[in-house]
Amino acid sequence: MAFAIELIDIHKRFGTVYANRGVNLQIRKGSIHGIVGENGAGKSTLMSILYGYYAATSGTIMVDGREAHMRSSRDAIALGIGMVHQHFMLVESLTVLENILLGSEGGFWLKGGMEKLRARLADLGKTYGLEVDPDACVADIGVGQRQRVEILKALVRGAKVLILDEPTAVLTPTEADSLFDMLRVLRDEGKTIVLITHKLREIMHATDHVSVMRRGEMVAHFETASTSVEQLADAMVGRKVSLTVARAPAHEGRVLLEAHDLVVRDALGVARVDHVSLTVRAGEIVGIAGVAGNGQSQLLEAIAGMQRLASGRIVLDGQEIDTETSNPRKMRELGLMHVPEDRHRHGLVMSFEACESGILGFQHDEEYGRTLLDRAAVESGLARDMETYDIRPRDPRLTTHSFSGGNQQKIVLAREIERGPKVLLVGQPTRGVDIGAIEFIHKRIMALRDAGKAILLVSVELDEIMALSDRILVMCDGRITGERRPDQTNSRDLGLLMAGISDKAA
Amino acid sequence: MDFDAILIVAGSAVRLATPLLCACLAGLWSERSGIVDIGLEGKMLAAAFAGASAATATGSAMMGLGAGLGASLAMGLLHGYASIDRNGNQIVSGMAINMIAAGLTALVGAAWFGQGGRTPSLNGDARFSPLLFGLDGLTLVTILCAFFTWLFLYKSRFGLRLRAAGENPAALETAGVSVRRIRYAGVAMCGLLCGLGGTYLSVSQAAGFLPQMTAGKGFIALAALVFAKWKPIPALFTCLLFGALDAIAIRMQGISVPGIGAVPVQAIQALPYVMTVILLAGFVGRAIPPRASGIPYVKEN
Repeated sequence: MAFAIELIDIHKRFGTVYANRGVNLQIRKGSIHGIVGENGAGKSTLMSILYGYYAATSGTIMVDGREAHMRSSRDAIALGIGMVHQHFMLVESLTVLENILLGSEGGFWLKGGMEKLRARLADLGKTYGLEVDPDACVADIGVGQRQRVEILKALVRGAKVLILDEPTAVLTPTEADSLFDMLRVLRDEGKTIVLITHKLREIMHATDHVSVMRRGEMVAHFETASTSVEQLADAMVGRKVSLTVARAPAHEGRVLLEAHDLVVRDALGVARVDHVSLTVRAGEIVGIAGVAGNGQSQLLEAIAGMQRLASGRIVLDGQEIDTETSNPRKMRELGLMHVPEDRHRHGLVMSFEACESGILGFQHDEEYGRTLLDRAAVESGLARDMETYDIRPRDPRLTTHSFSGGNQQKIVLAREIERGPKVLLVGQPTRGVDIGAIEFIHKRIMALRDAGKAILLVSVELDEIMALSDRILVMCDGRITGERRPDQTNSRDLGLLMAGISDKAA
Repeated sequence: MDFDAILIVAGSAVRLATPLLCACLAGLWSERSGIVDIGLEGKMLAAAFAGASAATATGSAMMGLGAGLGASLAMGLLHGYASIDRNGNQIVSGMAINMIAAGLTALVGAAWFGQGGRTPSLNGDARFSPLLFGLDGLTLVTILCAFFTWLFLYKSRFGLRLRAAGENPAALETAGVSVRRIRYAGVAMCGLLCGLGGTYLSVSQAAGFLPQMTAGKGFIALAALVFAKWKPIPALFTCLLFGALDAIAIRMQGISVPGIGAVPVQAIQALPYVMTVILLAGFVGRAIPPRASGIPYVKEN
């Protein structure tokens, strides 16, 4: 059997930390091979080694059965390896054509190379259905188009092996499907595809083989057809995990949060939230689905008092909020807590000690001292949460950034939930969080709902929205494009709403 | 003002714009590659001193030019080493170069020539003389440099890579091109252009070196670079505008303005600087620098 890529005993060390440890991997020619693993399992590092971006500490890379020595991406490109990075490697101020040309210009002056490339692109566009406007500036095109540009970059350089790192993170379900269709066409043309993802459904849907990584090691290899989502999840985490959240029937009470006709404008005056109205009842989770950047963030921030409303009213537990003067502190005092979408920017101060991060927003509380901070109270507060939320390592004095993503998120959740909110706003509760912690966080949010609190959840992960919500609102381009019950919808239906193709009656 | 006077002012504007344009294009090459350089001033000063010293010693203006280019290039590469290989703070490194140049030129000048830091007066072949419309070779080369900068930046492989290095170096590296090499090329171009400007100051515009003779031109060039939004042809016109302001200010010395009377000479001398501030504050609009400029590119930690 011919292997396009063979990795033998790859080790990679950053300082004293091993990102990859004794990794062995064989990828068959003309197949789609998935690599799954939790965040920080070492998938991206491994692929960066394969692409010559990092040098392995030790180990052997075989390409087409021959040992390869890669010192830079140039060597990988010469061996026919192409990579589409999770964060696109494009220069926004340049055109599509210039971006593809970069690095393989074919002569000192650009003119000749540009003409040839233009013809080549038209050709590839026809063969693979990869059409792009070569003269558009990359800053002006959407993420789906940008991904095409990245794939074209690899194909133009003659890639036989195409590595895609978390390619669907920024795509709608429909866009993701068309990406997978395209990958199948490429495979049938004889290309080898390596697909890195943490979304198990995609693995089952799109790949022929799958390898699982955990803590820098390759722990299992499967034929996709003979495995299951559950088996993969267990291999990723190293223990039994439950992917479904136990759900008690909802006992919805009175309306705790009402928003009427909210409008939020950005600095340029564009309406990012466009006449959005919603209500959340006690004992109910309302989920807002949508592709990132369609106004969900602004909506959440506006309700939390972080952004000014251009117009609209907010009523919290029957009390009208003065939106002109509202701010997060006042909202917290009224019982509205907020787990922000981006914990690094808004939720935590990464260079603070964990216990200091653990009181952000509540530092005025008398329990932490009147004029000077009562260190003992600050530390014991987080020490208590660390027990309840299983936050590791259990040291409140460690700096915040020395905790993993999941543990950082638990610090934020504990801070907001343990103070007994009436209404909890939660943004992307499991972004960058590993499966084990996801399970815990979901249970915690569900418990809060069962305790009769109102929860407004924003997430770009459809599975999460479907698992937790009692009601789903879909946002596209600042507007609510539809409302669904989770048991009466599916990802295709929601995907259409997310793309702004509005209700044709459910 | 009659026609002759206008011609005189115009000629003087171009001459005054020359060192500014050199430094502005130098800054453009460096910042477009991703390296912020506030050491333009220091490199020009070093080149002015080296150029005048070599011209004095050899009696040849061309030898002066060679020495000026060499001195400035060396300082440029020093800044490159600090910023590219050592991932140092580019502002600190640039400031260090300014201070080293200011101190070293005065000290060495005093030791070599014993004239309080000045170099002896240059004349004859030791100084560049006018070739065309009262402009010398260095000025003409500088104006050509603006066009060549445009040509190379937008039409050549090197220019494309340089622009990518300043906007998103990781994209360049994954395309298989060494960011380090491109950035070194950028700072080397920067060094050569500063060398041209500095030599012009002491071997053409003036007949010898004076301590601190750059008088902030390196910083005005940085302002001009912002005003021109990091583009070569606008840089040419911005520098000509600044040169014209300077020329008019010189022309207006001692002239009595109706209703005000004789304007104090200091006020006139301040005019170009005041105008620079007004132009920058009022007309530049949104100037977005190359996205990655000033940020060390670290590939692996």
